[in-house]
Amino acid sequence: MQDRLQALKEEALLKIQQASDLKELQDIKVSYLGKRGPITEVLKGMGKLSPEERPVVGAYANEIRDAITSALESKISELEQAVIEEKLKKESIDVTLPGRPVRKGNAHPLTAVIEEIEDLFLTMGFTVAEGPEVETDYYNFEALNLPKGHPARDMQDSFFITEDILLRTQTSPVQARTMEKHHGRGPVKIVSPGKVYRRDDDDATHSHQFMQIEGLVVDENVRLSDLKGVLETFAKKMFGEERKIRLRPSFFPFTEPSVEMDISCFKCGGKGCSICKHTGWIEILGAGMVHPNVLEMAGFDSKKYTGFAFGMGPERIAMLKYGIDDIRHFYTNDLRFLKQFKKA
Amino acid sequence: MLVSYNWLKDYVNLDLSAAELADKITKSGIEVEIVESLNKGITGVVVGHVLECVQHPNADKLRVCKVDLGEEAPVQIVCGAPNVAAGQKVPVAKVGAVLPGNFKIKKAKLRGEASNGMICSLTELGVEGKLVPKEYSSGIFVMPSDAEIGSDALSYLNLDDYVLELGLTPNRADCLNMLGVAYEVAAILNEELRLPEVQVQTSGEKASDYVSVTVDAKEDNPYYGAMIIKNITIAPSPLWMQNRLVAAGIRPINNVVDITNYVLLEYGQPLHAFDYDRLGSKEILVRRAKAGEEMVTLDDAKRKLGANHLVITNGKEPVAVAGVMGGATSEVQDDTTTVLLEAAYFEGIRVRSASKDLGLRSEASSRYEKGIDRNRVYDAAYRAASLMAQYAGGEVAQGIVEAGERLVPEGKAEVTQTRINTLLGTEIEGEQISDILKRLRFEFDVHGENYIVTVPSRRPDITIDADLVEEVGRIYGYDRIPTTYLLTEGRPGGLSPYQAARRKVMRYMEGTGLYQAVTYALTTPEKSNAFTFSQEQENVHSIKVSHPMSEERSTLRSTLVPQLLEVLKHNHHRSIDDVGIFEISSVFFAHEQSLSVLPEEKTYLSGALTGLWSIHPWQGEKKKIDFFVVKGILEGLFEELGLHSRISFESESLPGMHPGRTAVVKLDSIVVGFIGQIHPGTQKEWDLNESYVFELDLDQLLGASVEPTVYQTLPRFPSITRDIAVVVDQNLPAGDLNTVIHEAGGELLKESSLFDLYEGERMEEGKKSLAFSLKYYDPERTLTDEEVTKAHENILRSLEERFGASLRK
Repeated sequence: MQDRLQALKEEALLKIQQASDLKELQDIKVSYLGKRGPITEVLKGMGKLSPEERPVVGAYANEIRDAITSALESKISELEQAVIEEKLKKESIDVTLPGRPVRKGNAHPLTAVIEEIEDLFLTMGFTVAEGPEVETDYYNFEALNLPKGHPARDMQDSFFITEDILLRTQTSPVQARTMEKHHGRGPVKIVSPGKVYRRDDDDATHSHQFMQIEGLVVDENVRLSDLKGVLETFAKKMFGEERKIRLRPSFFPFTEPSVEMDISCFKCGGKGCSICKHTGWIEILGAGMVHPNVLEMAGFDSKKYTGFAFGMGPERIAMLKYGIDDIRHFYTNDLRFLKQFKKA
Repeated sequence: MLVSYNWLKDYVNLDLSAAELADKITKSGIEVEIVESLNKGITGVVVGHVLECVQHPNADKLRVCKVDLGEEAPVQIVCGAPNVAAGQKVPVAKVGAVLPGNFKIKKAKLRGEASNGMICSLTELGVEGKLVPKEYSSGIFVMPSDAEIGSDALSYLNLDDYVLELGLTPNRADCLNMLGVAYEVAAILNEELRLPEVQVQTSGEKASDYVSVTVDAKEDNPYYGAMIIKNITIAPSPLWMQNRLVAAGIRPINNVVDITNYVLLEYGQPLHAFDYDRLGSKEILVRRAKAGEEMVTLDDAKRKLGANHLVITNGKEPVAVAGVMGGATSEVQDDTTTVLLEAAYFEGIRVRSASKDLGLRSEASSRYEKGIDRNRVYDAAYRAASLMAQYAGGEVAQGIVEAGERLVPEGKAEVTQTRINTLLGTEIEGEQISDILKRLRFEFDVHGENYIVTVPSRRPDITIDADLVEEVGRIYGYDRIPTTYLLTEGRPGGLSPYQAARRKVMRYMEGTGLYQAVTYALTTPEKSNAFTFSQEQENVHSIKVSHPMSEERSTLRSTLVPQLLEVLKHNHHRSIDDVGIFEISSVFFAHEQSLSVLPEEKTYLSGALTGLWSIHPWQGEKKKIDFFVVKGILEGLFEELGLHSRISFESESLPGMHPGRTAVVKLDSIVVGFIGQIHPGTQKEWDLNESYVFELDLDQLLGASVEPTVYQTLPRFPSITRDIAVVVDQNLPAGDLNTVIHEAGGELLKESSLFDLYEGERMEEGKKSLAFSLKYYDPERTLTDEEVTKAHENILRSLEERFGASLRK
C-alpha cells in the first residue's frame, strides 16, 4: 500500500511540475486530492490493514497529501508571479520621455537684486523705508542740500509736473522724510529701494525710469570708517568673499565728504579685463557722510549726530552680475529674458 | 577737461608716468576717465628739408621732391599735397616708418618715379581733422624754419604727449584750467608749484584814452575790464602754443585768438579780443538785451536776443553776447592792428540762459556757468597782454579800464582735529593736518586744535568744516582710513508686515507660473487710464509731466494693464504666444486739475495672461487660458492672504473688457479690482490673441485686518455627504445659489462644492443644471439620517422658493 502511495506521489509531483497554467493545476488538485481521487481510494482500503500498520500508513498518506498540496501551492504562486511579470512587462514606459511641465514663474531680475540687497542689510539691523515716486521739490532737492539754481541739479534733468512737484530723481527724498519722522533722535538705519525718473533718452545704457537703492545711518559718532566697514561687508556678501573695496573721494551735494566705492573686478580678480575696462576696479556705488545741512534741515543736531548714506543702481549691479548688455531689456519684459532668472 | 601731461610739467615736476599720475589723481578725488596717448603708434617720422620740388613728369597732381633727412644723401619723395614747396621743413615718414593704423611706409614707385618715404599731413599723424589749422587742412604740415633736420618730428608736434581727461564733479570747477590742476597735482604729489611769471612792458599810452567802460547790469556783470593792445601783427601762433591747444581739443586760428584760448585754458578765465577799429565807438556798455534785438555772431548766424540775455555793446549796438560769443562785425581779422581785450566776470545764471536759448555752448560759456575765480581776472588779462606783446608784436597801453569790484574777500572755514578724526574714524596728528593744508596752499591759523582756514577764491566749494575734513581726508588717503563696524546697538532690523506680505504675494504669483514684469510708469494720456474698475478712478485727473520727451512717455498711469498688454504684444510679435505675467507697481491719482499737493499713490497688483495654460505636448494635452484659470489664481491668492471668505466676484461691464466675461472683485462690499477677458475689439486694436487680465488694489488687500489662524479640532465623528442637482434659469449665477444653500443648510452644512454644470440639448431652453456636493457634520456627535434629510430638504425648498429651482430628475 505504501508503494502505491509512493507511486501516486511521484506521479502527482511530476504532473504538477509539468503543468503550464492554473487550470491544469486545479485539475491535478481535484484528481489527486479530491474525494474520488486515488489517495482517498487508497485510504479507503486502510480497514484491511493491521492495527499496527494503520497509523503508519495513515501518517504516510497525510505526508503525501501535504507534499502534493505544498507542491501545488508553490507551483500556483510561481505561475501567478509569471502572469504578473508578463503584465508589468507590457506596462513598461519610456522613462526618457519628458515629464509633465510644472508652471513656475520667477521674480524680475531687478526685484531679485533689490531683495538680495535688502536681505543683506536686514541682517545688519536695517529696516526698509519707502516713499512716494511723485515728490515735492523740497524733499527731492532742497532738503538734500540742492537749493534752486544749484549746478548739481543739472546732473539730473527732471520730469516736473508743476513748478514744485516732480517725479523723484533719486530715492534720497525717502532719507529726508525718514529723518524728519525721527524728530532729531537717532539711530536711523534704513535702506530705501524704488523707482526713479530722469529725462534721459532711452538707449543701451540710459533709461528714463530706473531703480535705486539707498542706505542711511544716523547716530552719534558714526564715522567714515564705519561706512567702510558696512560697505566692505556688503561687497563681500554680494560679490564674493575675496572682493576688495576701494573708496575714492567724490562729490554729491548731500554728503561731505563724499566717496565712490569700487570693488576689485569679480571677473578678472583685479588683473584687468573688459568688464573693469582694464583698471581692475568696478565702480559700484556712491556714498558719503551726511552733509550737516541735510541733518539740520531734517531736525538733527549736526554737532551731536553724524551719519552716512550710500546709493547704488540695481540695473548696473544686475548688468554686471549677469552680463546684461542693454538696460532696455529690464523694461521690455521679453519672456525669453525674464525666464533666465529662475535661480536668481 | 583735457589736461596735457607735457604742459602740466611747466608748473609741477612730474617724476611719474602719465598713467601713474592719473591713478593718483583718481584716488585723491578727481576721476581721470581716459589717459590718451597722442602718439597713435607712430615710429620713424623725422624733420625733413625740401631742397627741390618739381612737377611729376607723368602726373598732374604729384610733385617729385628732393628731401634732406639729415642723412648722407637727400632722398626722393613723390608728394601729392598742393602746398608742398622747396625750402619747407616738413614731417617725413621714412622708409620703414609706421603711421597710425599700423600703416607701414615702404619704397615705392609712383607713375614711374621712385618715392622713398612720405611727407605727412597732421591727420596722417593722427591729429583729428577738426583740430588741424585751416591752412594745413588739405595739405602737408609745414614746420617752423628752425626745426632741426633729421630730428624726431613727434616732439616738435607734441605727439609724444599724453592727455588726461578729467571727469569733474560740479564742485571742482577749479580744475577746469591748467593752474587749478597744477594746484591739485602739487598737493597730491607734495611738489613745488611754479606759477607763470607775467611781466608786461607797457607803452606810454593810456588805455583809458581809447575806451570807456560802463556796466548797466551790475548783478549780471560785477566786474568788467578792458585792455588795449596796439600794433598787432596777426600771424600763426607759435607751434608750442598750437600744440597745446590741439591737445586740449581747440583748433588753432591765429596768434590773438589762440592767446585768448590759451589763457582761458591756463587760468580758466574767458577772454575776448575785439578788433578795436571795427568796434564802431570808443565805448563799452554792458546791458541786458532788448526784446527782439538782433546781432550776427562770429559764426555768421543772426541771433535774436531777449531781455534775459546780457550783451556787450558799443553804446548802441550789441557787439557780443556776454560770456557766450562775440559779434561778427568786431571780429579779429587778418588786418587787425589794435585789440580791445575783454576780461570780465559774468554771473553763471545769465550766461547759462543765453547759451541755452541760443543753443551755443563754448569753452567760455561752460566755465562761466560753472563759476570762475573772480580774483584771477586781472592776472589772466595781464598774462594775455604779455603773450600778445611777445607773440603778436603788440604794444600794451597802460592800465585796465574797468567797472565794478575786481576783488572779492576770501572766505573762512574752521575745523578741529577732533572733528576730522571723529568724522573719518582716523587718528591724524595735528602736524599732519598742518602739512596737508600747506600742500593745498591754504593759509591757516592754528588755535589749540582749531584750524582757521582762509579759503582761496579758486576753491569756493569749501565753506564748512566737513569740506575741510574731506580735503584733509582725501590728501591723507582714503585707503589709509581704517575699517570699523557700527557702534549703534544691535537693534534688530526687518521688513514691515506690509513689505513681508508683498513679498509673499510675489512668491505666490511666481508659484502659479507667472513671471514678474517691470514696466514704465509714463505712458500716453489714452493708455494712462484705459482700464478702470471703480467710480472713484473715473473721477480723477490725468497727471502729465510738463516737458515730456515724447507723447508716449507723457502721462503717469493709473492702471498697470496697458503696459502689461504692451508686453504681451511685444512677445506676440516674436511668436511667443503663451505668456503669463504680473506686476506690482505704483499707480497715481490726482484729485485736482492742477496739482497743489502730491497725487495719491497706490500699489496695484496686475496680471495679463494669454495662450496655453497647461501643456503636455506628447500626451496631446493642451489647456487654454480662460477666465477660470485666472480666477483660480486669484482665489488661491485670497486664500493665501486669509481673505477668501470675504471676497466675491460680481459680473460687471468695464471699459475695454468683454461685457459677459468680466467681474469686479469685492472685499466685503468694497470693489478692490477686476478680472476678465479683454474685449475682442480692444484685443484687435492692440494686435493680441485672446487675453485675460486682472488688476487688484494691493494696498487694500494687504491693509485688510485678518483674523489670526486658530486650529480646528480634527473631526471625531463621521460626516455625511449628499449631492443635490437642480435645474435653474441659465443666467442665474452659481454664486447666488451657493449663498442660499449655505443660509438654508444651517449649522450642520459645513462645505458645498459645485461638481457639475450642464447646459445643452437635454435641457429645456434657457435652463441649466447645477450639481453641488454638500457635506454635513456635527463636531459633537454622529448625525442621524433624518437630521440630514431635513436640512437637505430645507435647502431644496429654499432654492425652489428663491430661484424657482427644480430637482433634476
